[in-house]
Amino acid sequence: MPQPNNPAGAAFAGPFAAPLLDPDRPTPPGVAGPGAKAGDVRYNVYRNNVTVSLIEALADTFPAVRRIVGEAFFRDMARLYVRREPPRSPLLFDYGHGFAAFIDGFDHTRPLPWLGDVARIERAWLDAYHAADRAPLAPEKLAVVPHDALPALRFEPHPAMRIVRSAYPAVTIFAANRASGPVGKILERDGEDALVTRPALEVFVRRLPPGGAAFLTLLCAGKPLGEAAAKASEAEPRFDLGANIAGMMEAGAFADIFVPAA
Amino acid sequence: MPHADNANGRFPARPVSGRAGASLKHTHLDAILAGRDQVGFFEVHAENYMGAGGPPHAALARVRQDYPVLLHGVCMSIGAPQPLDAAHLARFKTLVERYEPAIVSEHLAWSTHDDIFYNDLLPLPYTDDTLRHVCAHIDQVQAAIGRRLLLENPSTYLAFAASDYDETGFIREIVKRTGCGLLLDINNVFVSATNHGFSALDYLADFPLEHVGEIHLAGHREQSDDEGEPLLIDSHDGPVADAVWKLYDIVVERAGTIPTLVEWDGDIPDWPVLKAEADAAQAVLDRHAAASARDVHHAAAE
Repeated sequence: MPQPNNPAGAAFAGPFAAPLLDPDRPTPPGVAGPGAKAGDVRYNVYRNNVTVSLIEALADTFPAVRRIVGEAFFRDMARLYVRREPPRSPLLFDYGHGFAAFIDGFDHTRPLPWLGDVARIERAWLDAYHAADRAPLAPEKLAVVPHDALPALRFEPHPAMRIVRSAYPAVTIFAANRASGPVGKILERDGEDALVTRPALEVFVRRLPPGGAAFLTLLCAGKPLGEAAAKASEAEPRFDLGANIAGMMEAGAFADIFVPAA
Repeated sequence: MPHADNANGRFPARPVSGRAGASLKHTHLDAILAGRDQVGFFEVHAENYMGAGGPPHAALARVRQDYPVLLHGVCMSIGAPQPLDAAHLARFKTLVERYEPAIVSEHLAWSTHDDIFYNDLLPLPYTDDTLRHVCAHIDQVQAAIGRRLLLENPSTYLAFAASDYDETGFIREIVKRTGCGLLLDINNVFVSATNHGFSALDYLADFPLEHVGEIHLAGHREQSDDEGEPLLIDSHDGPVADAVWKLYDIVVERAGTIPTLVEWDGDIPDWPVLKAEADAAQAVLDRHAAASARDVHHAAAE
């Protein structure tokens, strides 16, 4: 494949790269072993290294999904994903942001409609793990805000904070399959929204109370506390503002508070 | 020799010359920190520390208090014809500044084409064209980090009909044009020699040992090629092979007590197993250091 835009004329990379993740393409031309030895098995070492190492990267990122579907099934599913959406960055801890959506559309996991949401929590877990270090908002700082200033108060999200909403008991399933013990029958049926945080070095995944995901999402979008609370309780009659604030402070979901200049 | 231009004063200077070290694996962290002076240094893959924060940086910063750290880039894609990823180079530079590594290295290989990252050290043909772009990329990295880069010889499974240089000739030319140093991976030499049917000793005789600032040792696995003959895979998942230890002894005899890393990246054993491999390398270095001290002593006495 000539590359007219490459003045160095070093056009080897495209033809070498194209079959790496495409088993239907033949071994690229011009590669071989010593003497008259063939290049097929030799080239396949590279295909295998690429494919297997990317499957391993997904296996490391999504251990609960792997445990749920089993090793062989996971590897088959991951292989298809790797071929469809190979990484676009050399930072493999950032790979797999499309894996949950891939699972949602995957025929063979249709009997597990919550599996994509479990993958979303696992992806958020790793985002939190690698996020920038920052001290979470100190409760004392919130405590001294005058009562009449509270409705206008804005919250700056902590860099590790993520919210994952689910119509299924995804947090319970995630937690059971990340723990080391055996997984019993999961009786939960209700939807569960996850709050993922890393106030120091350990990542935490909590179930948000009713209305909590909407509330925190509004705060993250820069809405003032009063507006976020009003909208959250409009959407969810069980919304409890006090419990939500206590929970988000305990989780370390926010880094700072401020009141914008009028 | 490694440059001493890594001192911003935040970490105590500890020489790595004549020392053996090990890959840093976070599963070993508690075992490593439970003792003192376990090995001469730890080496890390740069990409594993390119996140913004969290446990990886906390662990590396802790280890860096007690040990020299060597920074080994895996994904710069120096051997690709396309331009280097500027964002990746900037991240690499940030790590060099933050951790003041004793040695900084990368690979004669490529891993990215267009914007797809293949996560493997892919081979390149050795031609005047590829020599030009490899040298331009090394110049760019050295300019960015403000210090010398060591370039590692690859392990390969196939060769390109288009190659005009043999690998040692290509590497010598890179050193001449860029002033970079070399990281000699002796396991890679053994793997490639077997896979391409050349003599590892001939390769080492042609290799510009005077520019080698670091040595790598690692384990490999055996498979078969299309003809059913041995094809060695550079797997880094087991102990160093006897033949590689023998070659190592020859290199140290010839080139001196160069800092030596034992790499172990898959099927990670308990810390004492990896430490024992690093200790074995240290024993080779110490034996040659003692022998050359005796030679100096004898020469002085004559």
